[in-house]
Amino acid sequence: MDAFNIEAGKIAPFMAANIDTDVIMPKQFLKGIDRKGLDKGLFFDQRFLLSGEPNPEFVLNKPQWQGAKFLAVGPNFGCGSSREHAVWGLKQLGIRALIGTTFAGIFYDNCQRNGLLVIELDEKSMSELGDKVASGEINDIEIDLPNQNIKLPQNAKINFELDPMRKEALMQGLDAIGSTLQRAEAIKSFEKKHLLDNPWLA
Amino acid sequence: MHKPRTLYEKLINSHTVCELDNKGHVLLYIDRQVLNEYTSPQAFSGLRDANRKLWRPNTSLAVVDHVNSTEPQRVSVGPEEGGALQVNYFAKNCEDFGIELFDILDSRQGIEHVVAPEQGFILPGMSVAAGDSHTTTYGALGAFGFGIGTSEIEHLLATQTLIYKKLKTMRVTVNGALGLSITSKDVVMELIRKIGAAGATGYAIEFCGSTIEAMSVEARMTICNMAVEAGARGAYMAPDDVVYNYLKDKPRAPKGELWEQALNKWQALYTDKDAVFDKEVTIDAASIEPMITWGTSPDQASVISGVVPNPRDDIDLAKRKSTTRALQYMGLQAGIPIKGISITHAFIGSCTNARIEDLRQVAEVVKGKKIAQGVRGMIVPGSSEVRAQAQVEGLADIFIDAGFEWRQSGCSMCLAMNDDVLSPGDRCASSTNRNFEGRQGAGVRTHLMSPAMVAAAAIKGHLCDVRDLGIN
Ligand code: SF4
Repeated sequence: MDAFNIEAGKIAPFMAANIDTDVIMPKQFLKGIDRKGLDKGLFFDQRFLLSGEPNPEFVLNKPQWQGAKFLAVGPNFGCGSSREHAVWGLKQLGIRALIGTTFAGIFYDNCQRNGLLVIELDEKSMSELGDKVASGEINDIEIDLPNQNIKLPQNAKINFELDPMRKEALMQGLDAIGSTLQRAEAIKSFEKKHLLDNPWLA
Repeated sequence: MHKPRTLYEKLINSHTVCELDNKGHVLLYIDRQVLNEYTSPQAFSGLRDANRKLWRPNTSLAVVDHVNSTEPQRVSVGPEEGGALQVNYFAKNCEDFGIELFDILDSRQGIEHVVAPEQGFILPGMSVAAGDSHTTTYGALGAFGFGIGTSEIEHLLATQTLIYKKLKTMRVTVNGALGLSITSKDVVMELIRKIGAAGATGYAIEFCGSTIEAMSVEARMTICNMAVEAGARGAYMAPDDVVYNYLKDKPRAPKGELWEQALNKWQALYTDKDAVFDKEVTIDAASIEPMITWGTSPDQASVISGVVPNPRDDIDLAKRKSTTRALQYMGLQAGIPIKGISITHAFIGSCTNARIEDLRQVAEVVKGKKIAQGVRGMIVPGSSEVRAQAQVEGLADIFIDAGFEWRQSGCSMCLAMNDDVLSPGDRCASSTNRNFEGRQGAGVRTHLMSPAMVAAAAIKGHLCDVRDLGIN
């Protein structure tokens, strides 16, 4: 997993509510057995016209937001299907962080496991930020994970909260399976007792 | 004396290997996992690359459901290249890692959330995780199920655990008798309309009340299944005699002495009196009407007697925008009555509503009638066992006589990942759980409702109130 420390880049507005993972990664891109080629599928039905040409109306196709590294998103982003393909696609297109008010649970965890930073702000800060991003007033930001803040133009700053455990994993780019397996003995002894107490689970 | 605990706390505490911090993160032991062909391949590739083994292979059950064809004539692999690739890799993974697989030709094949309970694979008190958001379904059996992504599947297979953050708790109490032809689907759709598509984000929901107690396990599953459309990462109900009777003779339920022992232990699976929930919601069953969605999010819903809303009535700007966008996608005009909107397709299927009880309700509505001209009706049973049962009961003949396609089991047009895909502009009355843009095909317009309501719409050729057809 890629580590995240300090990243600077463009931010694009994507403020509609309830953007589901079917919209982020439509079904025709779910048919692989690897993680490849998902950048093509990202927001496919909105990003491309029926002819296959890029849709000039789509936010990430507009000149000022091409190559954005961060997205300011609306509430309940990533709801719906558990498909991690949505997160793989975002990463493959170069998205490193999402900033919004609420994110769906499975999607949030999927981001975490892939080193895609998810920042949750309160409604007021988010709507101010969203407005400024949409109007072009803010185009470039820097996200400082160790200090938990977003640096905006003119020395403005927004602080954000994050679980220390998640922060640590993101900054180190940790392999979660490897870390958990260090607790193999604890799992084994739990399991032994659990199956003894509930023998029908064996 | 113990502090009174919710059933959620009991379920999570009894599966906690250790706490990981003081923010509610625990290492959670998982008793069972169900795998499907489309969210698991990269997890197995990850295990192969790192040369890791499965922690406990016999806790997994693998089912092919998302990509297989539902053509009445079964073949081992579908017509589609991508699907075939996944089905073959899935079989190889199950073989190499020692996991039991129900493949397409297996008489127990079907949608994972229908198959697992039907086989008695899921029992009260279990923790269950799977690479599918509707794993919440298992809460109807008093188990705690939740969906995970592919990286988490890999973690689970390798360690039998997940790094889990405890949720807040919400209790939804439903009391009273439901009206004629009102189903558990209408109850959960009313809840989603009421609290919103993110209303339960960050929560586990416990459902209780006399309405729930009076429901069959199948009806309860519909509720726990669709609770995820309100954002819940877990939805459960305390198990009772209805659950035990449902499970008793299932193939994998414990038998004899072991059953008695289990039954004894399950008696402790309830929320203590005076336990406190972070949020309480109540619903009066008598006030529930047949529900239907008009938009592209499951909370964009109304009673069938309602009208398509006007975005101008939304005070909230963001809401106004999403209503406008939804109406545009759905090709609907603000203010028109929902009853009377013409449909081109009627689909009965999915893990929400394709169990035998659902099919019986559909048969009652369509018996002796014909589906309207210009409407294509499809019935896709939730499992191959449901299909066989419906044939024994004569339901299949009723469907075929009414003009429905009687198909094989799978997810089919719930997400249209196989060859069951509709065309832009089609409008489908659907017993499924998601009306997202493009869910049943690019540009397709989906209206969610109960199976009986889909059946009624198929007969009339337009959205209507099943109660107007004069059936009890
Ligand atoms: S029936 Fe639909 S919701 Fe259920 S598992 Fe299949 S695709 Fe998912």
